Amino acid sequence: MGYMAALKVWRGDAGSGALTDYKVEVNEGEVVLDVLHRLQATQAGDLALRWNCKAGKCGSCSMEINGRPRLGCMTRMSTFDPADTLTITPMRTFPVIRDLVTDVSFNYAKARSIPSFTPDPSIKPGEFRMQQEDVNRSQEFRKCIECYLCQNTCHVIRDHAENEAPFAGPRFLMRVAELEMHPCDEADRRDIAQDDFGLGYCNITKCCTEVCPEHIKITDNALIPLKERVAGHKYDPLVWLGSKISRRPAKAGTPAVPGKR
Amino acid sequence: MTQVSDAPARTRAQISERTLRKDRWWQAPVVVVTLLTIWLTYATVRVFTGHWYYVPKYHYLTPFYSPCVSGECVPGSSTLGHWIPAIPPIIPYAFVSLVFVLGFRLTCYYYRRAYYRAFWQSPPSCAVREPHAKYTGETRFPLIMQNLHRYFFYVVIVISVLNTWDVAQAFRGPDGNFGFGLGSLIMLANVVLLWCYTLSCHSCRHITGGRLKHFSRHPIRYWAWTKVSWLNARHMQLAWTTLGTLMLTDLYIMLVASGAISDLRFFN
Ligand code: SF4
Ligand code: SF4
Ligand code: FES
Ligand code: FES
Repeated sequence: MGYMAALKVWRGDAGSGALTDYKVEVNEGEVVLDVLHRLQATQAGDLALRWNCKAGKCGSCSMEINGRPRLGCMTRMSTFDPADTLTITPMRTFPVIRDLVTDVSFNYAKARSIPSFTPDPSIKPGEFRMQQEDVNRSQEFRKCIECYLCQNTCHVIRDHAENEAPFAGPRFLMRVAELEMHPCDEADRRDIAQDDFGLGYCNITKCCTEVCPEHIKITDNALIPLKERVAGHKYDPLVWLGSKISRRPAKAGTPAVPGKR
Repeated sequence: MTQVSDAPARTRAQISERTLRKDRWWQAPVVVVTLLTIWLTYATVRVFTGHWYYVPKYHYLTPFYSPCVSGECVPGSSTLGHWIPAIPPIIPYAFVSLVFVLGFRLTCYYYRRAYYRAFWQSPPSCAVREPHAKYTGETRFPLIMQNLHRYFFYVVIVISVLNTWDVAQAFRGPDGNFGFGLGSLIMLANVVLLWCYTLSCHSCRHITGGRLKHFSRHPIRYWAWTKVSWLNARHMQLAWTTLGTLMLTDLYIMLVASGAISDLRFFN
């Protein structure tokens, strides 16, 4: 059964814009992205929005629907009351290019800043041997579709743009955790996790986990375990005392963050 | 490609509303503030009351007074002996354990999430702007001290053993032989749940196996990690349930000790 839905869509660019009212037809079984496409096809030909797969797998259609960060293609219209007005805005944390399309290059820069997989150099390609239980944890993190909804929702940068430099965000702290748990990675990223990627800014309030469309337990399985590893390494008084007494040199193997002097 | 001019400066969408959420996002923080305030008020009143914490006939000792180390503790209630003759009333009788139990819960990853959100509004709910102009999280003093959580965990393991001992005492009847009543069962349920809460701790998960890179080389620790992880997924529920059972256990013992009700005895 179709009905006419009332929509408020944020239209604008370079930061100036406003919510614009539309009435768009909705048919049974449709998702928010379908309705936006109908809006684009029938009334607002110049509406900019990003999408690709319509299956919740490409991570392109991130937006905020009634204030909640969601994938447009995975949000069913049937979850809303037909009488309600739907408010659709771009992700708030990233600069707007136009309408619902944001510039997420912040995330690509953060991704590049993480020292990559560092195996034992004596192991040749094809010689890596790993057991399934050794990679289960990392595989959960590899479900990420890079929609950046977690990065968008994290209050550390969403509400405090000045923290964009010192804080890598949940997606990339999860990448650090993944490499820390990797059975064949030799580098020690505990110092840089805290000092360069700002793990300490996270106050484990779990909004990243709440919005992740892949239901990755980012906080419980990546961020808190990483905090525990850092605590053991940097804030454990016994470990600290041991490092002062023993004359063993500090463990080599902390990789440098690219581009950092 | 030649770039002739810089692209126009891009800024975030300027949306003045603090949030556009239409659901009841304020409900969870209100519930958390209410429940934690009720619990803290009850516990504060109880630990400073100084009586109705022990039922000598059935050896029931409330967890809020264990170990009772002051010289003023009623006979039979001091498992670990009297450490000091008397303490001024501003210090609870079980101060040795209460400091650590409180510290354990204060630095707990779940309670941190709960009070950062509900009391400090940082953030009050997801995608709702927080009211603070600056934010440094747990990067500096005092919040950097949250990293000491695991030390509280170690001490609380010892305290849990003591609480278990107290429950064993509660299974002795008035003549000193085996016997139990409703109070014993309440204390038992409480201590079992306290163990579950303590063992589901994120630090425990790290220590048992989370810190390893190779689970396959440590099968026993891996097995332990999977069990702790199972409990850990229920950490929030256990955090709230144990607040409830602690309060219930204390309330029951208070009522029996004060003579308001008599214990329902099942055996001896
Ligand atoms: S848990 Fe940490 S990283 Fe995730 S949203 Fe909250 S503060 Fe950000
Ligand atoms: S972790 Fe989840 S929310 Fe974050 S980018 Fe990946 S899929 Fe999206
Ligand atoms: S269009 Fe690919 S995730 Fe929505
Ligand atoms: S007790 Fe909650 S995380 Fe340790």
